[in-house]
Parts: sequence; structure tokens; C-alpha cells
Amino acid sequence: MPVGKEKSLTVIKEWCKGCGICVAFCPKSVLILKDGKVKIEDFDSCIQCGQCELRCPDFAIYLGGKR
Amino acid sequence: MPSQLVEKYFRVENLPHIWCPGCGNGIVTRAIVKAIDNMNLNKDEVCIVSGIGCSSRASGYLDFNTLHTTHGRALAFATGIKLSKPELTVIVITGDGDAAAIGGNHLIHAARRNIDITTIVYNNHIYGMTGGQYSPTTPTGEKGTTAPYGNIDANFDLCDLVKGAGASFIARGTVYGAKLLEKQIENGIKNKGFSFIEALTICPTYYGRRNKKGSVVDMTTYLKDNAINISAWNKLPKEKKIGKFIVGEIYNNKRAEYTEEYDKIIKSL
Repeated sequence: MPVGKEKSLTVIKEWCKGCGICVAFCPKSVLILKDGKVKIEDFDSCIQCGQCELRCPDFAIYLGGKR
Repeated sequence: MPSQLVEKYFRVENLPHIWCPGCGNGIVTRAIVKAIDNMNLNKDEVCIVSGIGCSSRASGYLDFNTLHTTHGRALAFATGIKLSKPELTVIVITGDGDAAAIGGNHLIHAARRNIDITTIVYNNHIYGMTGGQYSPTTPTGEKGTTAPYGNIDANFDLCDLVKGAGASFIARGTVYGAKLLEKQIENGIKNKGFSFIEALTICPTYYGRRNKKGSVVDMTTYLKDNAINISAWNKLPKEKKIGKFIVGEIYNNKRAEYTEEYDKIIKSL
């Protein structure tokens, strides 16, 4: 767990419909689309802003959950 | 494992929802539960009422007292609920077609009575569930399956409509400004009277595709780039308002609330 990261980032793959909103609005390019689903590519760059959770229409990504 | 917010307020067994990839309805629904969570309301004292349409599916996913009613009649059912149990927080989830066309009369009369109901209209400018027919909020010139050469109707400004009808709290938000929308819903619930929140959402499948609005991200960015807060709007010169729209808390004017007035009559007899 990198220093300064209090929360992990969780993806519920079964709920993701691959719309790409989280990928587009992530300010640090943490996320990518792979095989039609979101993938956490660079968690080290995550600043925990929660934009992905706020904008995901499918509740498929959020800050928190098991590390 | 879903987030704590989803776990607490959603019927998780019904998820994932049926809305299309990129449909903004999930974002608005999340904003509603976040507003309820911020206010620490007791789940059993909240009643969500919806009509028919894509938006109105939301009541099935939410874990409150919920009622999925007939087309356009959510406000009529909600009026009955509020009158019989005024202590409940009654929230109506509806769409542009449901609220402004089929339920247009219920909308104006609920606003006229200033009954303490918070109505959230998911405005995607089209009938999504039935295949993309144009609705009363489809902008003039835009296309729908029933307007393949462009819609010649003038579209409703829903906020102006309910203002004229007498609503006491009116706000407009977008799925891009989800955080602002959350606050607007919170303030709407706090208002003792008829609160109307128009949530501009996106329908990439029907409205977007037929009108060549680009990707889900393009449609969301459009909302970001063209929304102007009411405080800035009034200072803008006319030419800079073209193609833009107002967001924010448009109107807030307290006046006598219906169930309280009704209660006064009962007590006076």
C-alpha cells in the first residue's frame, strides 16, 4: 500500500458495462478499459479524489473495500 | 462486495440495473441516496414513488418504502401517501415523458398545491424505454424515432413550467455536476413544500445515437461545457447565452404547505 493512500480502489467487474466515463474523468489516468471492462492500471498515481465513484452509473467502482 | 452506500440503500440482489452502458440514470439515483445519507434520514421514514419509464425503474433498486406506479401518475399516488402519512419524506422519481406529457396535469397541480413532495425528474430528452420517441423536452429540431426529420414542437422548460404552477423550490443539475445535484436534492428534501429538481441526464442509446451526439464521454462533457450557474447567468451578455442552459437553485420561495393547511382544517372542526 503506497504511503498516503488510506483507501483502496475496488472494481465490481460483473457490474461494469464498460462505458468509459471513469476512465475519461480520472484526473490521474489510473484506469483503463480492457476487454470492455474497467481495469486499475496505475493505483500508485491515485489521489483518492473519488471522481470515478461519483460518476460511475453502475456503482461498479468505489474508494474503499478490501485491500 | 459493493460500496457501503450501495449496500445500505440499494436492493443489491437486483443489481446490476438494466440501464444501458453510460446511461446517466445510475448517477442521479446515487445522488439521491447520497443526499438521503447526508441527511441521516431513517430508511423506513422515506417513501420513493415512481411512474413508468427508464427513470422510474429506480424505485425497484432502492431499499426504502417504494411504490412503482402507473404511467404519469407517480405524483397522484405520492399525494395520497403524503396526505395520509405527512410524517413520511416522500420523493418522486420520474422522467421527462412521465412527468411532463402523460403526468403533466399531476405535475402542475402538485406544484400548485405546494404539497411537501420532492420530485426529481431524470430528463434525458427522449422516451428511452419505448424506443426513442420524442418527448415534451426534446429540443426543437432534434430527432426521435417519431420525428425522423426533426422535432417541430417547442420544448418545455420544466423549471419555468413548475415555477408558473407554484412550486416553492426549483433547481436544475446535471449528471456531470453530480456533487451539486446531491446538494440540490438535499435542499429540496429540506424544503417544506413542493420541491422540483430537474436532473439533466444522458441517453446515449437513443437520443445520443439518433442525434449524433458522440460518445458517452462527449455527451457528459457537453453538460459540463454548456451549464452555467444561475449566479453567473444573470451577468452574461445575451450572445454568450446562446446554446447554454442554467443550472443551480433557480427558485426558492416558502409558502403555505398543503398537508399543514389540510391539518388546520381538520383541527378547526
